[in-house]
Amino acid sequence: MTLIETKGLSLHYGGATVLRDVNFSLSQGEIVTIVGPNGSGKSSLLRALIGALKPASGTVIRKPGLKIGYVPQKLQIDGTLPLTVRRFLSLPVRQTQTVTTAALAQAGVPELAQRQMTDLSGGQFQRVLLARALLGSPDVLILDEATQGLDQPGAAAFYRKIEEVRQRTGVAILMVSHDLHVVMAASDRVLCLNGHVCCEGTPEVVADAPEYRALFGSGTQGALALYRHHHTHDHDHGHHHDHHECGEDHNAG
Amino acid sequence: MLDDFAMRAALAGLGVALAAAPLGCFVVWRRMAYFGDATSHAALLGVALALATDLPVVGGVLLVALMMALIISTLTERNVSTDALLGVLAHSALALGLVAVSLIPGQRVDLSAYLFGDILAVRQVDLAIIWIGAALVGGLMVWRWQALLTATLNPDLAVASGGYPKREQLVLTLALAVTVAVAIKVVGALLIAAMLVIPAAAARPFARTPEVMAICAVLIGGFSALGGLAGSFTFDTPTGPSIVTVAAVIFALSAAISPLLRRR
Repeated sequence: MTLIETKGLSLHYGGATVLRDVNFSLSQGEIVTIVGPNGSGKSSLLRALIGALKPASGTVIRKPGLKIGYVPQKLQIDGTLPLTVRRFLSLPVRQTQTVTTAALAQAGVPELAQRQMTDLSGGQFQRVLLARALLGSPDVLILDEATQGLDQPGAAAFYRKIEEVRQRTGVAILMVSHDLHVVMAASDRVLCLNGHVCCEGTPEVVADAPEYRALFGSGTQGALALYRHHHTHDHDHGHHHDHHECGEDHNAG
Repeated sequence: MLDDFAMRAALAGLGVALAAAPLGCFVVWRRMAYFGDATSHAALLGVALALATDLPVVGGVLLVALMMALIISTLTERNVSTDALLGVLAHSALALGLVAVSLIPGQRVDLSAYLFGDILAVRQVDLAIIWIGAALVGGLMVWRWQALLTATLNPDLAVASGGYPKREQLVLTLALAVTVAVAIKVVGALLIAAMLVIPAAAARPFARTPEVMAICAVLIGGFSALGGLAGSFTFDTPTGPSIVTVAAVIFALSAAISPLLRRR
């Protein structure tokens, strides 16, 4: 079943077109990851999907009554706002103590309930955000760089937690991530953005796509696409130079 | 007991504290201090409008404050270099209001009553208006509390969970205009913003949740109103500024002991 769908979606931000002509859909239980360089429209797409950014053209269709668990890229809490973790979990829907305690235990941070949000470490903060996003059994989790501020073991544990949640609840997951090797291992589908959809498909298909390798392969000497390179036999860099459509296309637009 | 002017003054001060304190928490959390300044300074323009058209003063102030708050709301949403813009608006509104009042023909207007308040001249009808306004603002805050908090944390977070942060912004704008309209008689246009910000800021070190901070702010605001009133009787000082002075002293004390409280 399709949960969210976009048709010919274009987005403007600050007067400039950040994303154009995106046709995308997310089905129940899928894990889809969005990759792309900085400024490629990843966060804008997520914001359009939750309804925070109005389409310049095209449409976003959400299943009626769709429940979204959202983890924003940046959540800055003003120091003047006193807020315990437990109180934070009760926004905007009030939750019983049993529910918040269980949610924190599930996110692996049961001891944080009485702490102030502003006192948490980066990793604790992200886990609390995940705990909140999971409350009220959402149909889809939308995570915007949810592992920022986590070290590699922390990020890996975070992804394991998400995979476990998917197994247990069947929630669909859409995330933006820079941890390419983890992404490639854990996603059903990858969407590569650079002002438009460069390429899309299973991790294998995307990793082999020339558009993807133009962005992450040759330009970074293969460092970012390292994981997939083990599985490909094409290390001929001369070959890659023919495939820079993605980046050039974006600059032209 | 409402026949006694001191009793009426005390009740008026408490009414304003009740409305201003929880609203003031949002002003602090959302960094809208200058927003409060600009809106309350515009109140003077409302006084001029009321005097020119024979409207009740409260009506004129409410109208102009609401317009000002809506203008600021719209402009800041478009991100026109907000800090400078609010500074320009706040002082322009004040200057324009002073000029406009002086242009009203015929009557000599006692400006200081509108600039600094005239709480001892509060009549029963004023008291009724203040408490209706305070109940309205307090009711709005309680009714929208959860949604307001979520939108304050992060607008996208509110949208994702089915909220409308723009509507909450409108709620705050409306509450601010009502507060300004009822507070002008008590503390005056120049010091309304102080009654919003100072009790809330003073309450911060004592609170671990938003609710406790709002309640503390109400208590501090109420105490300031009564303390200022008593002080102004005792020392024969102007009442509005005396109220704000008490609040400022409480803020200083609270800031001084806040490192001790943080250690818990």
